[in-house]
Amino acid sequence: MPRGEATIGRVLAQVAMVMNLDKCIGCHTCSVTCKQTWTNRTGVEYAWFNNVETKPGVGYPRRYEDQERWKGGWMLDKHGRLVLRSGGRTKRLLSLFSNPDLPSIEDYYEPVTYDYDNLVSAPAGPDMPVARPRSVLTGRPTAITWGANWEDGLGGAPEHAAGDPNLGGEWAQKVKFEFEQTFLFHLPRLCEHCLNPACVSACPSGAMYKRVEDGIVLVDQDQCRGWRMCVTACPYKKVYINHATGKAEKCTFCFPRIEAGQPTVCSETCVGRLRYLGLLLYDADRVGEAAATPDERDLLDAQRGVFLDPNDPEVRAAARESGIPEDWLDAARRSPVYDLVMRYKVALPLHPEYRTLPMVWYVPPLSPVLDAVGAAGGNQDDPDHVFAAVTRLRIPLEYLAELFTAGDTDVVGGVLMKLTALRSYMRERTLGEAGDEAALKAVGLTPREAEDLHRLLAVAKYADRYVVPAAHKEDAAALTAIENRCPVETSGDDGPRKVMLGIPTLRRNPTAGGRP
Amino acid sequence: MNAVSSPLAAAPASGADLLLWVAVPYVCLAVFAVGHVWRYRQDQFGWTSRTTQLLEHRWLRWGSPLFHLGAFMVIAGHVAGLAVPDSWTEAVGISEHAYHTTAVWAGSVAGVAMVTGLGMLCARRLLTRRIRLGTDRSDKLLFPLLSATVLLGITATAAHNVFGPGYDYRATVSVWFRGLFVLQPQPEAISGAPLLFQLHALTACLLFAAWPFTRLVHVWSAPIGYLARPYLVYRRRATTPAAPTAGGLPSPAPGARRAA
Repeated sequence: MPRGEATIGRVLAQVAMVMNLDKCIGCHTCSVTCKQTWTNRTGVEYAWFNNVETKPGVGYPRRYEDQERWKGGWMLDKHGRLVLRSGGRTKRLLSLFSNPDLPSIEDYYEPVTYDYDNLVSAPAGPDMPVARPRSVLTGRPTAITWGANWEDGLGGAPEHAAGDPNLGGEWAQKVKFEFEQTFLFHLPRLCEHCLNPACVSACPSGAMYKRVEDGIVLVDQDQCRGWRMCVTACPYKKVYINHATGKAEKCTFCFPRIEAGQPTVCSETCVGRLRYLGLLLYDADRVGEAAATPDERDLLDAQRGVFLDPNDPEVRAAARESGIPEDWLDAARRSPVYDLVMRYKVALPLHPEYRTLPMVWYVPPLSPVLDAVGAAGGNQDDPDHVFAAVTRLRIPLEYLAELFTAGDTDVVGGVLMKLTALRSYMRERTLGEAGDEAALKAVGLTPREAEDLHRLLAVAKYADRYVVPAAHKEDAAALTAIENRCPVETSGDDGPRKVMLGIPTLRRNPTAGGRP
Repeated sequence: MNAVSSPLAAAPASGADLLLWVAVPYVCLAVFAVGHVWRYRQDQFGWTSRTTQLLEHRWLRWGSPLFHLGAFMVIAGHVAGLAVPDSWTEAVGISEHAYHTTAVWAGSVAGVAMVTGLGMLCARRLLTRRIRLGTDRSDKLLFPLLSATVLLGITATAAHNVFGPGYDYRATVSVWFRGLFVLQPQPEAISGAPLLFQLHALTACLLFAAWPFTRLVHVWSAPIGYLARPYLVYRRRATTPAAPTAGGLPSPAPGARRAA
């Protein structure tokens, strides 16, 4: 990576993720295992640190991408300075008493449990007993009208999907009438652990922070005072309020597992093997400058410019100076995330225009395009047909561009063409043919690189997907203190005596409120 | 102090007066101070504003700002009325009449805002089932106590100073209040005050005693420092690996333990 003569500032390491959307089948295993691990508790029934959305669709919480409404992320003010969209510091403190831009529980959904007991305790009768839904918040029977994946597989799409905030332009009119036939894909989402996190910047208490060692963004539960500004500031709406404790909680990137050198739960359990975890080295001193890039469409390149090449001796020297241990540098060199984001440039960030410099990236899905080629009577295996479709099919392309490149269709198109060329080349090779190297060359891949990328994307061995260096051994003693317990539990048995002031009865007695 | 108290010291304080106006306030203040230290050391996790905006926002949108802004004005008014002796205000040329006219007007606006806001907050807590079920025992103590204190205060002002002939609490209640803090308690100063003022003072004492055990502690966390701090906050994972005692439980860095 050419870094020119620019000097390298403070080098930090970040555990980052890439998801290959073509392989997501929307099974929600990641969401469910995450929920079982982290949010299977009173107060966070509605919180999904990881969720899978069907796109096009309104997402979760509803229309969270509509930043005109929810005021998430950063923007440039009229002087070109980077400011939080929800307003400056003074305005934030003035809205402490009532935050005008906070989603209410209706924007998520009313969490429910079921009258399971009725299944076994109902008196004998002619009808099969049923378990009716009951609101966890009110304890009363309720009708389920929304959920975290209500639109799964475009369910109810004719009614709701037009509310997708990414369907903005006039091209969106076509989508509204055609997309059930033309395209659909799943978008798994979790906290982006941004380089320029808006939630951290909005926290009045300073309870939220980005970890120096691995870039994971966390909420200090002891310091959070429940001012709820983080929820507004996060454009991805991945910070939730625990309504029982009144404190913010968010995706932890499974830090106890990461510290032990294991992948996150969502990655580990991913059935489609579409997730990649690895290190990215970045120049912390250039984050602000990159986030303030004037043109939204340059943000992708600006963010890539913040990342550092772990093979560059100068970078390695600067990283050592910043205290990054040798085994981490080694892991950074083997990082699949670096390969997908920087070497092959097939991964793209979700909504770079929010200017938070997100660190969960996506390989855009080729399948909507292939489906369209098939539907139009073309040959999915003929790169010419697919190339033509990529350039001609405005609907999926512009939609993907809204998601991943701030509307720049050239970049998304380029990635899709690269994937197409790779796909057809490897298909020919597998069938024992020579392989069309001209198509590869057109998208900037050598045969060797194509083999490597194919291995990474399609074969995707566990050890290739997850390169997570364990936290450093010097810290091991401190880490043993946390590895066997839920980090948000109120108090361990071995800790100081429980003080339960301010926590409602609902939380004290888990059986009283019912479990989701 | 003596100059003010001498005309009031007509009769020596009775036992009841000593109990109500010396013992009770000091006990309450002691509980207030010790309670805060205890809560801060033991219960950082519970130290929060306990927001319920997620569950109900329509009433909160008006009730909470009205209550809080009204409360700020009311507190400022109490500081001026209780802590500043009338001799000082007169020394800078503010006559007794001017002072009281201002106090009654500003106090009425603040009081009405606070009472309206608190009424809305109480109403949503009672009427919204989601919030009522999430109401903690400490809230069940705090809301009635705070409401009683506020209502007694505004009733006393209304009865005596807005519609009544006027009562100069600065010559009685304020003297008693300041006496507590200079460790020269003067129970006789307040023992002759109208009942409403006395009740208001007593409930206020109880409110201070309850303070550290309720959500009122969030007052001390008002995030003023946010105005000056850098936007991005970085922290190291653990400050230092606290003495790796085998088998023992090293205290992790704040944040490492309950990060979510």
